[in-house]
Amino acid sequence: MTSTEEVARLSHERREYKYGFVTDIEQEFASPGLDEGTVRFISAKKQEPEWLLEWRLKALRKWQEMTEPTWVFLPYGHPPIDYQAISYYAAPKQAPKSLEEVDPKILETYEKLGIPLSETRALLGIEGGPETPAEARRAVAVDAVFDSVSVKTTFQEELKKAGVIFCSMSEAVREHPELVRQYLGSVVPYSDNFFATLNSAVFSDGSFVYVPKGVKCPMELSTYFRINARNTGQFERTLIVADEGAEVSYLEGCTAPVRDEHQLHAAVVELVAMKGAYIKYSTIQNWYPGDETGKGGIYNFVTKRGICKGDDSRISWTQVETGSAITWKYPSVVLQGDRSKGEFYSVALTNLRQQADTGTKMIHIGRDTKSTIVSKGISAGEGQNTYRGLVQMNKGAHRAHNYTQCDSILIGDKCGAHTFPYVDIRNPTATAEHEASTTKIAEDQLFYCTARGISEEDAVSLLVNGFCKQVFSELPMEFAVEANKLLAVSLEGSVG
Amino acid sequence: MTSVMDQPVGILTHEPAPAPAWVQAFRTRARDGLSGLPTVRDEAWRFTNIAPLVGTNFVTESASQRQVTPGDVAELRVPELDAAVLVFVDGQYNPGLSDTRNLGAGVVCTTMEAAFERHAQLVQAHLGAASAEHDDPFTRLNDAMLSAGVFLYVPDGVATARPIEILSIATRTAEPVAAHPRNLIVVGKGAGATVLEHYVALDHGVVYLNNAVTELIAGDGSRVEHYLLERESEQAFNISTLAIRQGAEAVVHSHTVLLGGAIVRNNVVPVLAGERGHCLINGLYVGHGDQHLDNAMRVRHAAAQCESRQYYKGIMNDRSRGVFTGRIIVDKGAQKTDAIQTNRNMLLSDEARVNARPQLEIFADDVRCTHGATTGRVDDEAVFYFMSRGLSEPVARAMLVYAFAAEGFDRMELVPVRRLLAQEMIDKLPMARGLSIEV
Repeated sequence: MTSTEEVARLSHERREYKYGFVTDIEQEFASPGLDEGTVRFISAKKQEPEWLLEWRLKALRKWQEMTEPTWVFLPYGHPPIDYQAISYYAAPKQAPKSLEEVDPKILETYEKLGIPLSETRALLGIEGGPETPAEARRAVAVDAVFDSVSVKTTFQEELKKAGVIFCSMSEAVREHPELVRQYLGSVVPYSDNFFATLNSAVFSDGSFVYVPKGVKCPMELSTYFRINARNTGQFERTLIVADEGAEVSYLEGCTAPVRDEHQLHAAVVELVAMKGAYIKYSTIQNWYPGDETGKGGIYNFVTKRGICKGDDSRISWTQVETGSAITWKYPSVVLQGDRSKGEFYSVALTNLRQQADTGTKMIHIGRDTKSTIVSKGISAGEGQNTYRGLVQMNKGAHRAHNYTQCDSILIGDKCGAHTFPYVDIRNPTATAEHEASTTKIAEDQLFYCTARGISEEDAVSLLVNGFCKQVFSELPMEFAVEANKLLAVSLEGSVG
Repeated sequence: MTSVMDQPVGILTHEPAPAPAWVQAFRTRARDGLSGLPTVRDEAWRFTNIAPLVGTNFVTESASQRQVTPGDVAELRVPELDAAVLVFVDGQYNPGLSDTRNLGAGVVCTTMEAAFERHAQLVQAHLGAASAEHDDPFTRLNDAMLSAGVFLYVPDGVATARPIEILSIATRTAEPVAAHPRNLIVVGKGAGATVLEHYVALDHGVVYLNNAVTELIAGDGSRVEHYLLERESEQAFNISTLAIRQGAEAVVHSHTVLLGGAIVRNNVVPVLAGERGHCLINGLYVGHGDQHLDNAMRVRHAAAQCESRQYYKGIMNDRSRGVFTGRIIVDKGAQKTDAIQTNRNMLLSDEARVNARPQLEIFADDVRCTHGATTGRVDDEAVFYFMSRGLSEPVARAMLVYAFAAEGFDRMELVPVRRLLAQEMIDKLPMARGLSIEV
């Protein structure tokens, strides 16, 4: 539990949104607007092969025919997005070629973000990183993405020893084109949906991970995303492939500066788990949420999907969503292999005038596939929190099973909590259970705490923490601590 | 939003019978708001494709090939139920087959057309008060076609002496008939009523459409029980909407059973508008062959301290498909709401399919709302238990399916209705025939 003093300190920082600083470095932009020229510009900037440019152009042409979907449940609505006013590419002017060339300002930025010291050291190129094997196991390899460009990836050497490829998407296109070409768009096709198609046309950078057969990735992999420049969108693309029997755990964190206008973040994440592989993907999303009146903040419209391609594979999504003006995403799992498993653990908090419409999709194709969904929604202030999810059991999904639990709590009388699950069963041996509840914080529990001298605010924080425990326990250690703090801070001021 | 069909739809061009100017105005308002019939692109109709309905060339009236006799009525209505009965044959009221006597002092039970003339003030005061809540093209179409149906008025403090059965009989006609029955039930303060809507067919291969809307205005402290027994021809289309507006401390029970029809859509749309109201929505849908049975519930808590309970169960066999959409809406200010919704489905075959959408939309903080949905088949362990006690597997399965269904009709107060449904279920489960079941 986070104490009141700590909350006070942290929330003071948050009042201006702790991560709301702007780094003043020279950047190179694509002029705002989107047409074939923009796509060619991005592709040329990144010196991409012909096939990738073609793929981008195909996506662009498809996108131009599409209309923005409107089914998302946003009680406050949102001002329309002018896609021609966004700059689709922003990059630090000096592309870093070696550690020494990384702009110190960028490194400063990541320091402010609280990336652990060992990684900052590594980012700075200072010798003396973790030495002992015990320390190395706790280490986290970081790929930092600043606006459109991946700045630096740490621990490359150690990963290489294990045979793991972890690099920026641009680098992967250059160094491992055969792998990228095989898997890019294989889970989220370029024509999947409006925002994924837009991403396919203009994606700037992102991370690429390949874990070869039988390899258990020796450390946690992590990406920090940062939107810095004004009037830019961030369109990163992450692709993670775990070959037969491989295992990998991946963390993602995001921040952005305080801006009065809304900024678009339309990322795509694709996960491929082959036979017996296990991918664990954790997100702590803390984009700038806007202010109490709903001014500014990030539109977080992201497509995340994993496929359990081989038998006995497993994909697990864990997300803690506390930021963004609007969060609209459904990390999904396609359970194709027999006996494969999909998991989704989510905590979504909406405060201020934040709106979230998030959940998951579990598509059961293989036999004896299992999925578990645990979603915890917390609404405070004037926040509107929606869980939307699909559980689909196809004809061949014999004995497939789903368990869904989605609980919401409401703090204050100006917020809303909504639940829209979809269950589609086409196999009589498949079973699906869905449970949902919506309540306010139990008064008797609150009374119990306050009667024992715990302040009301601490008691609420304690109870909300208990409410989220099932999800937090899925997070890697460092993230769980961070999530705890983030939650306490985000809730500050919502009581009384 | 409604997407307009590519080709013009016949039923949208139908003209209702002449009526007083105020009725005409009500119809015109509705027609102006009607841009077309829904498609699967409309979220509310996503799982129900009405293309076969749209592709049928309906007429408003067509000669029947068979006269309905009092004997037919006796056979078709709920057996052993002492009820007043209003009989409609292919959408037209048949006074000779109806009996509306002995309902109680001051109770008005007549046709809608008669009420337009004799109870214009009462009808005008309540017409549309509940149905306006239901934003659906078929409800607007029913508004626009408003003419046939039943008007029931129960004054304050009076309870109807007998239940009222509205029996709609479909016969074989020269051309498929589209009817738009419209019932308006107004129950006064502290009053009580029991109404059954009963849809049956004389002939089981007949194509027709019943697009019915029933408005129920339940006054403060009233107690109303409504039954929808849908036993249409298996080629027919039935779209039924029950729109309820209930006052403070009113208790309303809605029971729905869907058994017949090719494509059926059952909408139940209550608004709990007064404090401390209670609403029970109980339903059972049993499909086989290629039947498509769609249920859409939308319970709105607009006042504080109300309770709502939704219990819907589906049993799907062969290639049939069941759909359940249940939404609980809690308005800002509807504090201390207590809402529960459960939907349980049983699949009996490899080709059957169920779509469930239990939904919560909550804008107040001091509430207790839960929903649950399950889908599966007969529990193998329970089958094993019965088999270990000497029952054969098919009989054990039939018993378990029956028990699953029976939970639904055990909530009904009218014993004759329960008996009828028990018989219907047993007929659908050949292995259960030998069982002695007490209702």
